[in-house]
Amino acid sequence: MLLLGLVMAGAAYAAFAPAQAQQESSIDNEALVAEGRELFLVGCSTCHGLNGQGQLDVNGNQLGPSLQGVGGAAVDFQVGTGRMPMVQPGQQNPPKNVAYDDDEIAALAAFVQSLGPGPDVPREEDYSTDYLDDLSADERDAAINRGQQIFLTNCTACHNFNARGGAMPRGGYAPTIRGVSNKHIYEAMLTGPGQMDVFSDGNIPPEGKREVLAFLETLQEQPQQGGFSLGGLGPVGEGLYVWLIGIGGLVGFSVWIAAHTTRSKKGKAEA
Amino acid sequence: MSENENLPAQDGPDHSLVPSPTQSDQEIAPGLPAHVWRPTDVDPKAEKRAERQVAGLFVFSMICAVLFVVVYFSFEIGREIDTFLGFGASNLFLGLTLGGSLLGIGVGIIQWARKLMTDVEIAELRHPAASSEDDRATTLKALSDGLEESGIGRRPLIRNTLLGALAFSGIPLIVALRDLGPRNMSHERLESTFWMSGMYVVRDVLGTRINKADLQIGDLVNAEPEGLVPNSEGHLPAPIGPDGQELRPALPHEELLIQKTKSAIILLRMSPNDIVRNPDRENWDVDGIVCYSKICTHVGCPIALNEQQTHHLLCPCHQSTFDLADSGKVIFGPAGHSLPQMHLAEDDEGFLYAMNDFDEPVGPSYWERG
Repeated sequence: MLLLGLVMAGAAYAAFAPAQAQQESSIDNEALVAEGRELFLVGCSTCHGLNGQGQLDVNGNQLGPSLQGVGGAAVDFQVGTGRMPMVQPGQQNPPKNVAYDDDEIAALAAFVQSLGPGPDVPREEDYSTDYLDDLSADERDAAINRGQQIFLTNCTACHNFNARGGAMPRGGYAPTIRGVSNKHIYEAMLTGPGQMDVFSDGNIPPEGKREVLAFLETLQEQPQQGGFSLGGLGPVGEGLYVWLIGIGGLVGFSVWIAAHTTRSKKGKAEA
Repeated sequence: MSENENLPAQDGPDHSLVPSPTQSDQEIAPGLPAHVWRPTDVDPKAEKRAERQVAGLFVFSMICAVLFVVVYFSFEIGREIDTFLGFGASNLFLGLTLGGSLLGIGVGIIQWARKLMTDVEIAELRHPAASSEDDRATTLKALSDGLEESGIGRRPLIRNTLLGALAFSGIPLIVALRDLGPRNMSHERLESTFWMSGMYVVRDVLGTRINKADLQIGDLVNAEPEGLVPNSEGHLPAPIGPDGQELRPALPHEELLIQKTKSAIILLRMSPNDIVRNPDRENWDVDGIVCYSKICTHVGCPIALNEQQTHHLLCPCHQSTFDLADSGKVIFGPAGHSLPQMHLAEDDEGFLYAMNDFDEPVGPSYWERG
């Protein structure tokens, strides 16, 4: 009877315990971390070390930086945009074809997140701008305006006033933000990949980040009011077009004006 | 051929110095070639066709001008704009129609000139540039007569006062040039900013105070002094010091913008070990958070182009580069001064405020600063 009672109590506890879901997810997470570790050992450990502690080459140069404490968001950004695995070290690590599928990226992120505390992969409600649809037109405009102000203050120095990127010292460049998913932009702000500064939640709060994303969406939806954007890189690029195509066209036109007209072999009939 | 042909030119038949043309000259310069006619000159059909082309271009110009007006009124602008192939339709078609209208007139006139207007070679004789001797003598005589009659040589009082009047009339112009220079530019205005002891640092745009716990290593914050950035309700709060004292009164709008441009700063958090400790700036950072003026010391561009891993701040205007880990020293480019650093401090809760205004003028060099 006592045994039965104990079993019943245990079963009831197991069935109704609030910790169950959490426990399951932590078991899930453990499995994910284990899977991520497998992938990491194969794909990343050559440069980042078997425990993500970073690796020096034989000359003592840093082969890959430590990943302890960079967080899952950095992994999701670097691997999710194809920047990692890297082809070769250099001043600039360009995005390319993504090497892992979404589940593998999630596993890698979970593994790196388990190495040390850092910004984790943001949830969809963090970076989704759908909440704007619930606002009135004026509130939406105000949010997008604020996003623009934050963008102009913090981002345009490197990424250009219309988010097309720009040159950086010693052959590097700030990449374009156009066409990049909200999730990846949000992660880039959180983690500061490469030479980019960090814009953590303490620096620009999450709602400020969402407003920036909302502004970027508006920016990209905008029609080209002034005709062709000509690369959108400002006066230097536009000047190039003016001098080559604009002035070149005028020169061609003047040559045509001054050219000889067609001549006839016939003589004029004397009246 | 006379035996004198190698000698200088002699008097010609009518006493001019130009020798009369010889047989050989005419052989060398046989004159203009025979005129070759254009198709429009000899073929009435071609002429008619060209005429229609020119008229057609002018009509095209008229149509474009009318279309411009149509476009002006028909396309929606403002919030819900009409688009065409991703372009703003109104701007695009206003430009195309106005351009077509002007181009039609221009091309039409050129086509007219090339196909239909008179097309004969004209020889124009070259004339001496100077006027004839008679004309020159007459003019000079009129001038000297005028001088004589005005009596300017005989009346030195009038002559000298006239010269004086002309010289003095230049003075107002020279004095007015002063308006081109800086006005009210006292040393105080050049050397000080809105910052003062105890003034809190707030985020630009958001207007919120910054706690050192908010920032991670690698964080870069564009910031302003409290009192220059409206808060979330849109009000300008008066700057309050750490002991609750009011620091400055509110500013009128124009003055506010001037102060805002001068007071812009950047905060950067780096590992405290990365900071080069200069003796006079031993404790100017708060746990690795350093604070610099955002205004380039070259010609005053605002700079925030920072490389996180090297702590190098690059000015996009002329590539001046400052090392933010080492007192803002210039490591590349034309800037002549280090980026002014601000002595940062924290209150009991960890909120950041300025210990003092910058100890040197922010922005570009000027004469007295050297």
